[in-house]
Amino acid sequence: MAVTEQQQRAYIASQAADARVNFELQTGDMTLNLGPQHPATHGTLRVVARLDGEQVVSADVVCGYMHRGYEKLTEVRTYPQITTLINRIDWLSSFANEVPFILAAETLMEVEAPPRAQYIRTILFEMSRIANITLFIGEMGVQLGAITPVFFAFRDREYVLNLIESATGGRFHPNYDRIGGLKDDLPRGWIAECRDVMHKIRGYCDQLEDLLMGNEIFETRTRGVGVIPAEVGLSYGLSGANIRASGVDWDLRRDSPSPLVWKDLDWKVWTHPDGDSFARYWVRLQETREATKMVDQMLDGLPAGPIQAKVPRIIKVPAGEAWASTENPLGEMGYYVVSQGGLGPFRCKIRSASFHNISITPWILRGVYVPDIITILSSLYFILGDIDR
Amino acid sequence: MAATPDLSTAPAFDEARQAVLDGLTAALGAGGVLGSEIRNRDLWVRVRTDAWHRTAVACRDLGFDYFCYIAGIDWMPHTWPNPKVVAGDTTSADEGGAAETDGAAEEPTSTGIVTGVTGGDTRFQVLARLYSIGRKVGVTLKADLDADEPRIASWSDVYPGADWCERETWEMYGFSFDGHPNLIKLYLPAEFEGFPLRKDFPLLSREVKPWPGLVDVEPFPPGTGGDEGE
Repeated sequence: MAVTEQQQRAYIASQAADARVNFELQTGDMTLNLGPQHPATHGTLRVVARLDGEQVVSADVVCGYMHRGYEKLTEVRTYPQITTLINRIDWLSSFANEVPFILAAETLMEVEAPPRAQYIRTILFEMSRIANITLFIGEMGVQLGAITPVFFAFRDREYVLNLIESATGGRFHPNYDRIGGLKDDLPRGWIAECRDVMHKIRGYCDQLEDLLMGNEIFETRTRGVGVIPAEVGLSYGLSGANIRASGVDWDLRRDSPSPLVWKDLDWKVWTHPDGDSFARYWVRLQETREATKMVDQMLDGLPAGPIQAKVPRIIKVPAGEAWASTENPLGEMGYYVVSQGGLGPFRCKIRSASFHNISITPWILRGVYVPDIITILSSLYFILGDIDR
Repeated sequence: MAATPDLSTAPAFDEARQAVLDGLTAALGAGGVLGSEIRNRDLWVRVRTDAWHRTAVACRDLGFDYFCYIAGIDWMPHTWPNPKVVAGDTTSADEGGAAETDGAAEEPTSTGIVTGVTGGDTRFQVLARLYSIGRKVGVTLKADLDADEPRIASWSDVYPGADWCERETWEMYGFSFDGHPNLIKLYLPAEFEGFPLRKDFPLLSREVKPWPGLVDVEPFPPGTGGDEGE
């Protein structure tokens, strides 16, 4: 169905009317429209800020430019088809999106993947984290005027993506996790290659720490900017590194029972007491390094054995409801799967981390200065697909 | 009342979650909690609709500091695509009607509504999840909503994170949240009509061309294994 020119004009007019009604101009104030196409928004997020001089009086976030209706689409797909779909939620760490959904379905089916599959799952989960967060570590520099880090980020992320591709067949959308196991085993030579890459990533983390931390410009622009107290963050549903940077010692990898193998590893949950943009950056950097160490440990302990438990060829999930969530690179990602015994879920609520992480922006942007909007948005770190689903 | 599928899997006694349930039952008073279940290291509580706001306050006082989500659910059966396919009945009529028995656990009631864990009396339910960092326990809360005029109290004054979730639930299901400060559309354009996540809202692309989707799944030919596993 073609849209007529008249309809198009009516749509644009209604959009403009929306903006006018919602953010009525007052004397002396100015409305600044950031986005939907702004480099700091990693996609199409629109921030409408009402300014008094250089200071934000109130800010509102307009999202939905990329809403794809995944919760509706899951209802017309079978369980194996859904992993393809949910790959696209947080597209920088796609494999990590698949895992909680598969875990929820496995809980309902009462199957558990064999140990080797759990190890490979966890390895790839942590590698998705590295692929995602290395980009953040570089990107945040760009937002604040330091161009160099992002080139390092893209260079070193490529090593990780190549490994993910060689194991799963997909650079960005692996579609590798299956109910009861995995699509395939690791290819030959992968483990040695992976150790090498993890070493490189640790080098990258050291390099970035040298480049940005202690840099006067970076520190002045991030320290004390966008402070989130722990209890405010929690009541807004902030999770992941954002809340750990406010001093909350909570990591689902350690604190929730999961069939994945984090409980067998020796690792540390990093927190920072400050709650500002610097703390969020610092925590993510430490977590990336921690993740490389976890991958190394898992490569050492990788058990032999099958990678797929016995499941029916046509997967029907028994009636019931299950919630499964994991500590994704962006925060807590979970699926509430309601099954009525069919081939596909009756209802699948997708709890994506960025949606809740970014819902604090109206609160946190109140009273900040215009350049700090960019700092705060980039330090909260969101992926548009993870907000709009 | 709509039937509840049998989901029991020999539950072990779960002390931490039982304590939360007892605390919540005490806080809401007689008749506040309509149903509850502890299973698979998770806790479900269904509360009375008019106690929804009190539930939030009680949970906050019980140490549930982390707001996870609010969502809705429409228990009406699918009107599309073919309900037989949705129910997992892949056998066709000319195969002698060898219907699967492990599909939907319960016979649908007259309205066709089969509700889930902790049951439900109406077509709509609102569900929310909270988590306690201190207790390391999460709880899924549910409340029934009227089918014709779904309304319920807003949580946004207790958990500010509920603001966006309620806006989303409002535009997707048409539930009104009383006391919400700014109930406007979040994702959809302002002039959008209808509530897309309701079961009677058709997904037009699937109406026109039923692919890819559930109807794409064909039964395996007899003798090739089928449900026997790989």
